[in-house]
Amino acid sequence: MRVGTLATAIKAFAAQFSSSFLSVAIVAICFTVVACGTREREVDIAAKNGILLMGNGAEPKALDPHLVTGVPENRIISSLMEGLISYHPSNDLEPEPGVAERWEHNADFTVWRFQLRENARWSNGEPVTAGDFVYSWQRILSPALGAEYASMLYVIRNAEAFHQGQINDFSQVGVRALNPRTLEVTLAGPTPYFLNMLKHYSFFPVNPRVVERFGGMTNRQNSWSTAENYVGNGPFRLTQWTTNQVIKVAKSPTYWDAARVRLNEIHFFPIENVRTEETAFLAGRLHLTSTVSPDRIPTFQRENAEQLKIDPYLGLYFFRINVTREPFNDPRVREALNLAIDRRMLVERVTQGGQAPASGIVPPGLQNYPASQQVQFNLQRARQLLAEAGFPGGRGFPRKEILINTSEAHRKIAEAIQAMWRENLGIDVGIYNQEWKVYLDSQSQLNYDLSRAGWIADYAYPMTFLEIFTTGNGNNDTGWSNAQYDALIQQARTASTEPQRMQLMQQAERLLLTELPVIPIYWYTRIYLKDPRVQGWNPTLLDNRPYKYVSISSG
Amino acid sequence: MAKFIALRFLQGLLVLLAIYAITFFLVAATPGSPFSSERAIPPHILAQIEAFYGYDKPVLERFWTSLTNTLSGEFGPSAVYANRSVTDIIAESFPVSLKLGSISLLAALLIGIPTGIVAAVRRNTWLDYVPMSVSMAGICLPTFVMGPLLALVFGLILRLLPVSGWYGPEYIILPAATLSLYYAAYFARLTRGGMLEMLNQDFVRTARAKGVPEWTIVWKHCLKGGLIPAITFLGPALAGIISGSFVVETIFQIPGLGQWFVKAALNRDDFLILGLTVLFAALIVVMNLLADIAHVALNPRLKYE
Repeated sequence: MRVGTLATAIKAFAAQFSSSFLSVAIVAICFTVVACGTREREVDIAAKNGILLMGNGAEPKALDPHLVTGVPENRIISSLMEGLISYHPSNDLEPEPGVAERWEHNADFTVWRFQLRENARWSNGEPVTAGDFVYSWQRILSPALGAEYASMLYVIRNAEAFHQGQINDFSQVGVRALNPRTLEVTLAGPTPYFLNMLKHYSFFPVNPRVVERFGGMTNRQNSWSTAENYVGNGPFRLTQWTTNQVIKVAKSPTYWDAARVRLNEIHFFPIENVRTEETAFLAGRLHLTSTVSPDRIPTFQRENAEQLKIDPYLGLYFFRINVTREPFNDPRVREALNLAIDRRMLVERVTQGGQAPASGIVPPGLQNYPASQQVQFNLQRARQLLAEAGFPGGRGFPRKEILINTSEAHRKIAEAIQAMWRENLGIDVGIYNQEWKVYLDSQSQLNYDLSRAGWIADYAYPMTFLEIFTTGNGNNDTGWSNAQYDALIQQARTASTEPQRMQLMQQAERLLLTELPVIPIYWYTRIYLKDPRVQGWNPTLLDNRPYKYVSISSG
Repeated sequence: MAKFIALRFLQGLLVLLAIYAITFFLVAATPGSPFSSERAIPPHILAQIEAFYGYDKPVLERFWTSLTNTLSGEFGPSAVYANRSVTDIIAESFPVSLKLGSISLLAALLIGIPTGIVAAVRRNTWLDYVPMSVSMAGICLPTFVMGPLLALVFGLILRLLPVSGWYGPEYIILPAATLSLYYAAYFARLTRGGMLEMLNQDFVRTARAKGVPEWTIVWKHCLKGGLIPAITFLGPALAGIISGSFVVETIFQIPGLGQWFVKAALNRDDFLILGLTVLFAALIVVMNLLADIAHVALNPRLKYE
């Protein structure tokens, strides 16, 4: 009898909820069936339509080339904008004509003249003129804008003084529009690698009319770079920007080289979670991921060998040493720590992403600059140096800590090195992590003993790695200061010939590796998953991919 | 009742003010700044940026400006995402979380409450044991296990449903299932507990003795009281679920509010942290008030006072 009444109760309940319940169920079933029936993978549909689906790692902080500093921003901006010099499809050391169709320089590389192409156009149809570049460089150098990357332009004469507020008249800065199609740039010193620097987005132009209309030259909250207002001069134009979801760009009809652009659209997906990105790739929703999780590399090597890509990347993973603290003020201690790291084992067993053990500071691959072989693994020498410094067998060595920013990958590397030092030298160091912003603060205030760090080249030239360790450089962060080193870097900057400059930079690197305010660990690689149909995606040192050469086959 | 609501409303305002002040000063005391970056920024440039966002002012003055701005409905700009205001970010992402949250909560209630009632009425039978064991698993399995598991089975193996994104109705199913399984389990257990307590009351025995049919006892006499624990939980659950679940939004790449909570904290985006905290706190205050009103309406032993 009670069962009967219960049934009635349930029936009453069901009646109450049946309409909504039923509709939800029906809707769910419908979707499942629809999904089942038409489930052609997104990557296949997109490939047919010439659309590249890319994981972008993170939501861009902005798409204004003068206000950004990150890789996710660069990936998108390089489709929307173009500088005087463009990326070469396969060799980051080569200058490729961009807005400038020709250029010339004087004998000592201090005065450069760029001839802008006649058919370079903004996406609103206006021509890209030399005056636009003058305006743009004034904008990024204006102290009021507070552009983080303004110091890239310090190669230009008086740019630093203008940026520091020592001169207020921009006409004294070494950039002039001789006529709408000729731009003359006077540099602070001889800079043969200036063309390489020009590929960086800090040198990109912005459209002065549009910038003025939406907030003015130095307004950080200028709305010219939103999806509705964006005007670029690159091979693609911005068509959609949905926060945390997708940014879409479509082939720009006004681009001077539009005939070469093969893709119809690129969709950038700001997927921050690496696992989610991998799942999306495996489920056929992405042609490219921005990265892969280090612990899955062996799995992918086994199961997705055709898709897994490992490219060299111009970056150095290293430890900073706070040389203002005991016992790190003793170069012998620093050298001992350096000699006791087995980098080959580290890259083979821990990072596993094809990284190269760093034998110097500047990574291999640069023109006329062979990588240093100075960094060695030599336990005997390490122990001897440590004993000479007063810590035989590690006895009496004070407890020190490695600072890392919160990340599993960094912790693993730090743990491996911790173990090597314990085993090889008898030194016990701790590891502690801080959130990114706190970590940056600790590092710049020298509030650490040892700290993990990375440096990716801004341009393909050894100077981008070496200049950061000069006295007073904002990125030095080690407390290390060496007059001889500063002098070498300064001489290299003004050296009259290229072989001389290379030699001076090598001398500087040797000195740095003798003094060791930093311990090089490994040279980066870029690891990602790629759909084999994506063509023209060549490995380049700086990971610049000129999208106009990229295509996707539908087969 | 009007007096009760007015009083609670004032209390709520005080709570919000306190939360605002505590959050502001905690954020201000935290090391790091929204403007610190891996590549060092020259000090004079940093000063310019800080001046732009008002960071050159003393902290008390900043608090006052920020408070008055917030009171006039302006949360300020994001300190990290150029030309986006906190209000823009909330306006863009809150509807997404609201949609996902309300669908999930509805599903959770539709599954959880009937299950709980049946389990209580048929206590110590398989109708009790099976759902309760499943719900225990539902509570214990965190969403960051359940989410990828569902994505793996339905997305990668069966290829039935999309694994990430937020484009059409079919994209809601997996995240909503992940969220609702967890809450359904909670509601089932709370409802079962509440119903059991009611079914053991003296008046139920009296009603049974007088020959009232069982379904009338369940439906008429016990249900109202039995739902009270679930309704108490509904307030915070609603606030939590509609202001976004960070884990589920991250796993399924949903452009909702939850992701911003964490991004704001990691980026030290002070204005965004404050804006989101106030929004979340306000939601909780309002939801709790609504839950209290519902409480009194359902429980004759309570009065507005």
